[in-house]
Amino acid sequence: MLRIPCPWCGPRPENEFRYGGQAGVIRPADPAAVSDAAWGAYLHLRDNPKGRHVERWRHLHGCGRFFTCVRDTVTDRIASTHKPGEAVA
Amino acid sequence: MTQPFRTAAGGRVDRGRPVRFSFDGQPYEGYAGDTLASALLANDVHLVGRSFKYHRPRGILSAGSEEPNALVAIDRGPGRITPNLRATAIELYDGLTARSQNRFPSLRFDLGAAAGLAAPLISAGFYYKSFMWPPSFWRRVYEPLIRRAAGLGRAPEEADPDRYSHRYGHCDVLIVGGGPAGLAAALGASATGARVILCDEQAEPGGSLLDEPGVTIDGWPAPDWVREAIATLGGSVTLLPRTTAFGWYPGNTIGLLERVTDHLAQLDGTLPRERLWQVRAERVVLATGAIERPLVFPGNDRPGIMLAGAARTYLHRYGVKVGGRIVIATDNDSAYRAAIDLHAAGTEIAGIVDSRTRVDGEAVQAARALGIAIRAGQTIAGTEGRSRVHSAKLSDGTGVIPCDTILMSGGWTPSVHLFSQSRGQLVFDAGSGTCLPSEGAVGACAGVFDLAACLRDGTEAGGSEPRRFAVAGMPALAHGRPPAAAKPHRSAFVDFQNDVTTKDLAIAAAEGFVSIEHTKRYTTAGMATDQGKTSNLNALATMAALTGQDMQAVGLTTFRPPYTPVTFGAFAGVARGALFAPVRLPPIAAAGVVLEDAGTWKRARCYPVGNETAEAATVRECLAVRNEAGMLDASTLGKIEVAGPDAAAFLSLIYTGDFTGLVPGRCRYAVLTGEDGFIRDDGIVARLTADRFHVTTTTADAAFVLHHMEDYLQTEFPGLRVWLTSITEQWAVIAVQGPRSAEVLAPFIPDIDLGPMPHMSVRDGHIRDIPLRLFRVSFTGEAGFELNVPPDQAQRVWDTFLQRGVTPYGTDAMHVLRAEKGYIVVGQDTDGTVTPDDAGLAWTIAAGDFVGRRSLSLPDMKRPNRKQLVGLLPSDPAVVLEEGAQVAGDGAVASLGHVTSSYFSPALGRGFALASIAGGRARIGATLSVRMPRGDIAVTVVDPVFIDKPGQRLKARPVQPVAAEPLLPPRPWRAPTCRPAASVRLTVLAPTTRLAIRAGGPAATGIGLASGVLLPTVPNRSVIARDRAALWLGPDEWLIVAPDDAGDLRAEALKAAAGHPVSVVDVSHATRTIELAGSAAAWCLNAFCALDLDLAAFPVGMCTRTLLGKVPVVLWRVAGDLFHLDVARSYVSYVWDCLEQARLELADPVVTDT
Ligand SMILES: [Zn+2]
Repeated sequence: MLRIPCPWCGPRPENEFRYGGQAGVIRPADPAAVSDAAWGAYLHLRDNPKGRHVERWRHLHGCGRFFTCVRDTVTDRIASTHKPGEAVA
Repeated sequence: MTQPFRTAAGGRVDRGRPVRFSFDGQPYEGYAGDTLASALLANDVHLVGRSFKYHRPRGILSAGSEEPNALVAIDRGPGRITPNLRATAIELYDGLTARSQNRFPSLRFDLGAAAGLAAPLISAGFYYKSFMWPPSFWRRVYEPLIRRAAGLGRAPEEADPDRYSHRYGHCDVLIVGGGPAGLAAALGASATGARVILCDEQAEPGGSLLDEPGVTIDGWPAPDWVREAIATLGGSVTLLPRTTAFGWYPGNTIGLLERVTDHLAQLDGTLPRERLWQVRAERVVLATGAIERPLVFPGNDRPGIMLAGAARTYLHRYGVKVGGRIVIATDNDSAYRAAIDLHAAGTEIAGIVDSRTRVDGEAVQAARALGIAIRAGQTIAGTEGRSRVHSAKLSDGTGVIPCDTILMSGGWTPSVHLFSQSRGQLVFDAGSGTCLPSEGAVGACAGVFDLAACLRDGTEAGGSEPRRFAVAGMPALAHGRPPAAAKPHRSAFVDFQNDVTTKDLAIAAAEGFVSIEHTKRYTTAGMATDQGKTSNLNALATMAALTGQDMQAVGLTTFRPPYTPVTFGAFAGVARGALFAPVRLPPIAAAGVVLEDAGTWKRARCYPVGNETAEAATVRECLAVRNEAGMLDASTLGKIEVAGPDAAAFLSLIYTGDFTGLVPGRCRYAVLTGEDGFIRDDGIVARLTADRFHVTTTTADAAFVLHHMEDYLQTEFPGLRVWLTSITEQWAVIAVQGPRSAEVLAPFIPDIDLGPMPHMSVRDGHIRDIPLRLFRVSFTGEAGFELNVPPDQAQRVWDTFLQRGVTPYGTDAMHVLRAEKGYIVVGQDTDGTVTPDDAGLAWTIAAGDFVGRRSLSLPDMKRPNRKQLVGLLPSDPAVVLEEGAQVAGDGAVASLGHVTSSYFSPALGRGFALASIAGGRARIGATLSVRMPRGDIAVTVVDPVFIDKPGQRLKARPVQPVAAEPLLPPRPWRAPTCRPAASVRLTVLAPTTRLAIRAGGPAATGIGLASGVLLPTVPNRSVIARDRAALWLGPDEWLIVAPDDAGDLRAEALKAAAGHPVSVVDVSHATRTIELAGSAAAWCLNAFCALDLDLAAFPVGMCTRTLLGKVPVVLWRVAGDLFHLDVARSYVSYVWDCLEQARLELADPVVTDT
């Protein structure tokens, strides 16, 4: 079980969290102005890195907040977690 | 003579306590402290099993959990037969019944041994080659034959009557292994005050020290030093004997299996058989020791051939001599100690066969001094003997040595399994030919075999300064020599448990399976239940020699959990039977009800009367709703309060509709799409006030919808001032539907005028004196209402209506009624690829952006031939189509779609269906055909609304004024009572006022001041002031707890917010509070809760949402030994039953309430 440091609650067991996919996939401000191809990419295209991955987690069974987490997909080590809006190192 | 091979004295068995046991029906006697293996050896029983493939007679190879041969079944009665247990790891108890396995008809005479004749057929890769033709023979002939011939024990067929439990543990240092290095590490860690868990797989910690009565540490004989060391350990050390660390999982989570009752002669029924621990450790110290390797020589598998170190263990720990005339085969010094010690015990040592040409050193000289013949530069070329070895042939042809036992030592392999599982870096040590952990290991596991060094390194690994121990009596030994390869020989076994020989490895090499991972799979070496503990390195060395590589180049196979087998029961824990998953029951009970699963809930399917069938009940219920009035328990529907100035704008982004223009007091049907444009859920959006909405979801998707909304609110639309609060269990819901619904309700509702209440509207009021949120909505096509009442009051409301002749109807009738109106059920009429337009719901789509809108304009979403929802009428009105049946054009083969809902309609007097059909709306009027089991059925495509297309029946009608009538009295809720136990008590507390507060800083301060308890700003902390408390649950989220008579706290809080946007929701009824009081409260919680509940980690006043077992709770430490658990009403019985399971384990005296 991973131990994930929630930016509010501190380190907590993985079963309290829910994975939220790649971070930084931003919904276009005006979807109607986006081409079909760009919209398709927003919907479906995600990175799948071996190594450092910036991703979203939600402390679902905790404070309920979404936050950003930098995790190594090979070692499962978590480098840092960030509140929304905080710069990711 | 009983126990002829027991020594006269010595060993750690209790000779004052004889223990009777049986093996294959034969009674024997051993002593308390024996293992089954040591007791069998004391009785001169060496033949204990037959091998996996060739049914060769096998004996006891080892004295520990690495044992590949001596697998037996233990029979403790029905359901308690455990196969494949290692005799070397079974503690003897009075009455133990053991049976050998894989033999027919008997262990001594086994027909399957004739399979030895078929050996060429089942050599390496046999299942890829020998039995491949003809293909049909595999399933019908070969596989059953092979399974019968080559197998292990039989699994019991009855249900397992034992209990199993789980436990979460936390520590600073977890030490795996209680041998010298592990004990020293515990001493070192204990001295620092760290929280320590020391686990050891044996009944008695001490490891190899228990085999060394002649060695002293600081003047104590080694076994006594073990006792003293354990006594020295501080209170911060938890010692877990009989506990195997079986797996290393991410986040330094170590799986431990604690065997609690298998060694007991009497089972008392309260203790679990096994406890599965998930320990989260800041640091892990691996002191797992090393395993001795067998030598690979022809005939090395006969009973009586054993590891030399095991013979010393049997002698010193159990007082058992493993033979009368012993040959020792070795390539290192350690086996000389066995020769010397057994010689001293009066056993004849017939010679030491040492493959080294030059032998010297302390141990060698000592053996020589005793007159033991040493044959240097020799190996064993073969052995003889059927059920026991009786001679060894020397490699130089100089002779055959008669013997009854051969002890072998091929060197020692550090037990790096856990380290490898941790994804640690193994480093090849060319000197010893083994792989060593790069960090975190100590003692023999780290390749250190000198006792004084193990102890010193241990204290340092524990976290203290390295401490020196005075060790005396231990000869210096030459260890460390790469394993030697053996010549390919059909009967030189490398892997005993899977019967893999050097010849099999040669076949694999010849056929190109030279990568060690390929070798393993092709030959099955290392793939048996022992995971190749004694065989992996020998296989590797042999493959290296066969391919001319060095061992490092060949590499090790990957180690995977579990280290030793773990029972399914241990993994399941309490999660079986009634506790397999939480059972959520709605707040209304009814006699005779038929329940069904709906998401995580149980819902009423129908309410048969007398001997009525479910089908007949459904027809009666449908007609009652269409003609009179019926009522449905709709409590399980998800409910979310959406509050804040931007609530309407937010809902307009989440649902396809626009709610900014919705008038307070009115409702609208709402469809929720994912960003991909497909329908995910639907429900009703009701506007209570300008900035407050009551939204319903489907039963199964309630949690998803809340998560989905939070996701968009927090990450895409964070500027919107909106808060979401689940109120699913705050309200019970009774849907009263039918032409007489208003008439039935009117006498009980004093403050809402039902007549003028339009379809799709909402009012807050009362039913008698009970708070009521009344919706005028319909999922039946009839005029109807949905009454939201506090769940504690729902039963009396239901019972009152029942008495007034309202017919209860279940989900079966609800499905017929809604389908007759063409109302969809998400997940039944949709499948994740259905757009609102596909479902005929394009009318719900408003102008402007919403989640999913952009996708609806993608070309594929506008294709005219998309599957669309239509109605179907079978040409034969008696036919009810099968749901899921394929629909095709008349005479055509290709499917156009499928039937999504199909029922018999009592109102129409015929079968009808909804279907998803390609270009369906353009086919209305066409005849298609539906594939049914008994042939095709012709159907006509029709509009999906079968009844009252204009919606006349939904219209409000005036209600005559009626006299007020009383409700039936409330039924008191009976709290569960707990089995008394001194160390922890469980109580369900009386309901209190609970407010869910969502607010920004200034409003929070105001609310705190007004409600008399400041809202804490420190995460996960609470503030208590007089009779009320405020709990931090999130950065803008609090729970205020106040006495039941605290007045209208909600109104006060709203006033105090002074115009700042806030959400204040009464959630008093949504949860109940379970109080745990007593010294074992945290211990009970940790059976199901993964949080560290140590006072330092979870101090008094800490509060948080977390998981208990499989359900979310709010956990609050009110005092050191006092916890409050807020549990959603429907989960109370699950949580209660889980905690009672934990309390069963408490062996404390029972207190009786007076
Ligand atoms: Zn958190």
